[in-house]
Amino acid sequence: MDAKKREQILKLLEADSRTTVKEIATMLDLSEEAVAKGIAAMEKEHVICGYHAFINWDKTEDDKISALIELKVTLQHGEGFDRIAEKIYQYPEVEALYLMSGGYDFTVMLKKASMKQIATFVSTKLAAIDEVQSTTTHIILARYKDHGMPLVDLKKDMRQAITL
Amino acid sequence: MRDFVCKKIKGIKPSGIRKLFDIASEMPDALSLGVGEPDFDTPWHIRDEGIYALQKGRTFYTGNAGLPELRVAICGYVKKKYGLDYDPKSETIVTVGGSEAIDLAFRATLNSGDEVVYPEPCFVSYAPCVLLADGVPVTIPLSSATNFKLTAEKLEAAITPRTKALLMSYPNNPTGAIMEKKDLEPIAEVVKKHDLLVITDEIYCELTYKGNHASIASLPGMQERTILINGFSKTYAMTGWRLGYALAPAEIMQYMVKIHQFGIMSAPTVSQYAAIDAIKNSDGDIEMMRESYNQRRRYLMAAFREMELPCFEPFGAFYVFPDISEFGMTSEEFCTKLLQEEKVAVVPGSAFGDCGDKYVRISYAYSLDALREAMKRLARFVKKLRGK
Repeated sequence: MDAKKREQILKLLEADSRTTVKEIATMLDLSEEAVAKGIAAMEKEHVICGYHAFINWDKTEDDKISALIELKVTLQHGEGFDRIAEKIYQYPEVEALYLMSGGYDFTVMLKKASMKQIATFVSTKLAAIDEVQSTTTHIILARYKDHGMPLVDLKKDMRQAITL
Repeated sequence: MRDFVCKKIKGIKPSGIRKLFDIASEMPDALSLGVGEPDFDTPWHIRDEGIYALQKGRTFYTGNAGLPELRVAICGYVKKKYGLDYDPKSETIVTVGGSEAIDLAFRATLNSGDEVVYPEPCFVSYAPCVLLADGVPVTIPLSSATNFKLTAEKLEAAITPRTKALLMSYPNNPTGAIMEKKDLEPIAEVVKKHDLLVITDEIYCELTYKGNHASIASLPGMQERTILINGFSKTYAMTGWRLGYALAPAEIMQYMVKIHQFGIMSAPTVSQYAAIDAIKNSDGDIEMMRESYNQRRRYLMAAFREMELPCFEPFGAFYVFPDISEFGMTSEEFCTKLLQEEKVAVVPGSAFGDCGDKYVRISYAYSLDALREAMKRLARFVKKLRGK
């Protein structure tokens, strides 16, 4: 399967992971077998890492908060960023971790938690890692768009009846 | 009191599209596949240009024929797409939608009694516009048996000594049919033989799912006898900006501009600034929208195959035009029943000409979720009808 078809499959699944193999095959003019094989291969290669529901927790009763932390680290002798990253992402509290270019080294996204839990995690776990030089914790106040989907002002079909 | 209304306009029958939609809009859970406009928002960078134009106070009229920079961009687009050379100064006009350009084309070229031949089913405005320009509309009925393509034989048969122009629109609304270069060549020969003008409405040109769109204007000897109409509505999802254009030989164009300058003055200024950006920076958007429509097109065709509803495979626009003749109903009866029983609104083929009565038009300018649900309901409806 060529790279373009693989990308098209990924885009369809990214937009709606419940799109069936049959529907994907129809829409991309491929055989069901080819699509199933392609998806299986991409799962095996960890190109597709999961099929999750996209939830707007702000609409639920959940009142926990999300935090984004900027980390500056000092590399120790014989150690690269990957080693430090591992020390950070092993914590279940960490939702996502990125190595950054620019003014700081890592972005740590925490799983939603209470203010107290976040404070405890940052002060006793993250800041306590030897290589961590400084932390700057940001609290997410509102979420406007996530996973490519606007979360506010949800779109209605505004098209009106017209002679066309 | 006297009857103040013009007889001519009273004699023109209203469009058949609206009726069902007015009913559907009263039903809260009705699902419409009726709208003939893109479901995409105008790409943000284009909207941003429009906002910027407002910020900069670009709120004056433009020249009658449109912003010079936009006309240059339009000519650049058709040069790149078809290799056609048009003069931005004397052969180009920016109009209020493609529909104004259609109206101008007729009013600038028709004398009372001149006949305009055109294939049906077609866009609802053609016949009324011909009539308002004192022309005589002459239809060439087409069917799915010939994939709704115009043939030289059919065209020949419709031509009389009074025929002045051929009007056509491919990719076609409502059928989704296209005409490839090899289909256009024999048409061009007949047109030249009878010394006809061609008015070609190519508003859906970027929504072609098989090869590249070919314009009849680019065939040998055709540019000098063609009015090429296009617009921003479908290609860039800019319907509400109301912007189209026409390209024609200077001798014709000067009169189109004349009518436009007295009736319209100039197209909306903000829209014109946004349109410059649209032409220059939207290749990726067009590709994305085309691919998405194409996926939905294939999805609907597969759904029809599964419910064994005959439908010729359309390769253009965003419509499918399945054949409903097996149910022994007029298209309007079929659509009314479908709306009542399954709350799905589609357009009766008869709205696009008498020969469309065997069909219904389904637009796929809708989300896949909407199409899924609508096909489920349509399959149920079709099964029930067959069970009777």
